[in-house]
Amino acid sequence: MRAVITVIGKDKVGIIAGISSILADCGVNILDISQTIMQDIFTMVMLVDISKSCVNFHLLSGKLDEKGVELGVSVRIQHEDIFNSMHRI
Amino acid sequence: MITPFEVIETIKMIQEENLDIRTITMGISLRDCSHLDGNISRKKIYEKIVRNAENLVKVGEDIEKEYGIPIKNKRISVTPISLVAESCDEENYIKYAETLDKAAHAIGVNFIGGFSALVHKGFTKGDHKLINSIPEALKNTKLVCSSVNVASTKSGINMDAVEEMGRIIKKTAELTADAGGLGCAKLVVFANAVEDNPFMAGAFHGIGEPECVINVGVSGPGAVKCALEKVKGCDFGIVADTIKKTAFKITRMGQLVAIEASKRLCVQFGIVDLSLAPTPAVGDSVAYILEEMGLEKCGAHGTTAALALLNDAVKKGGVMASSYVGGLSGAFIPVSEDAGMIDAVIKGALTIEKLEAMTCVCSVGLDMIAVPGDTSAETISAIIADESAIGIVNNKTTAVRIIPVPGKHVGDIVQFGGLLGSGPVMAVNKFSSADFIRRGGRIPAPIQSLRN
Repeated sequence: MRAVITVIGKDKVGIIAGISSILADCGVNILDISQTIMQDIFTMVMLVDISKSCVNFHLLSGKLDEKGVELGVSVRIQHEDIFNSMHRI
Repeated sequence: MITPFEVIETIKMIQEENLDIRTITMGISLRDCSHLDGNISRKKIYEKIVRNAENLVKVGEDIEKEYGIPIKNKRISVTPISLVAESCDEENYIKYAETLDKAAHAIGVNFIGGFSALVHKGFTKGDHKLINSIPEALKNTKLVCSSVNVASTKSGINMDAVEEMGRIIKKTAELTADAGGLGCAKLVVFANAVEDNPFMAGAFHGIGEPECVINVGVSGPGAVKCALEKVKGCDFGIVADTIKKTAFKITRMGQLVAIEASKRLCVQFGIVDLSLAPTPAVGDSVAYILEEMGLEKCGAHGTTAALALLNDAVKKGGVMASSYVGGLSGAFIPVSEDAGMIDAVIKGALTIEKLEAMTCVCSVGLDMIAVPGDTSAETISAIIADESAIGIVNNKTTAVRIIPVPGKHVGDIVQFGGLLGSGPVMAVNKFSSADFIRRGGRIPAPIQSLRN
């Protein structure tokens, strides 16, 4: 299963490092990353493969939430299909 | 890969524009739960509902978490109870409503619909018993919703039922007077009721439906309004296109959730209901969409045209996004559940007569309208008759969910709480319709050709 992780917030040092260290610990493979500044807001979108993850979706989501609070950004993980169904026919 | 812009657009629709899946409703047939002994019948009903729906809430919550889309309600609809209870010899069906309520509490859903009767052509003994049980049933239960179909395009309007429902609504309001007549918020009178509606209070599992089915209702007035903000001043072709595109995206989400829920619950997927259902939350209003089109206030001249365009574009956009579309499918205009409608009523822009006109071009009908407590049963019946006529002549579903709030007068505000919101008490026509309603009988089915 592939999921999309979105990080939105104020830019600062260590956001990508913080998020990717959790993903590495959980055995989640990063397939693609794109990062932009939209209207002064740091926005990172990451496509990940969670099929070999050593924790379940809910736990992973919880860990990312905690990291987001620590970094002062909002972190969200969602199944890839929500975006595919909305934006691709 | 999906672009960051698209990802952010989706997240923004959910977070800032109140886009959500309004309901996953599991329809369960209770046709095999009849029995001469009411106690055995109710035991079968309870067991069947709990067995089929025990995982509904959990599956809904899992999908919500994994896809990051809020699913506001998980609900159950069942076969109209008048059909199921009719074989037993009990004099009223209040205990059946209590059983439904108990089952709904046990599985954690927030409403159960189907304390219903279909009497558009006439009553059976069971229909009479059910209708007479409605006021007590709605007083004694919290989660049970009731509906009665009194008219259809093929059979006309059962005016005896219309007359009776006026009295039933009054009695329901009186029995739940301490909660502002709340019982009436759980009671819908229909013309041309649909069998696969996932929305409350009017959901029931029709007799042509399968054993068990998943129907999903989408929502998102806020997302449509925000999309229209970007095309300020553009012509109606662009307005319609913008609504269609947004409706398409919203419905795709509903389709995804419906397929996923039906897979996880091992239950057949029924339909996606393409509706714009407002909530009392600011920014989640159908009235604001109409105002965004250029009306100073919802209810101003032009409102009916604006609503017709909105309703049509939502359907055109949504139909392509789902493999099966059904239910009520259209924009809802429940006054107490829509911040913009409430405001329009308070400012004097929106009246019951204008709402009636609006129901000719949109989904359902006079919905969640509070009227003075001293409104007569005959006047309520006459309002139902008018709405039914609009439904049967125009070949569409219409409904009345009206609350004659005991002790309240025009301009007072009544609180229903939660999704049911709060609303100002609206004025009704003061002249009597009593002799008209007293005639009884049936208004014949309307002619379907020579249409003008």
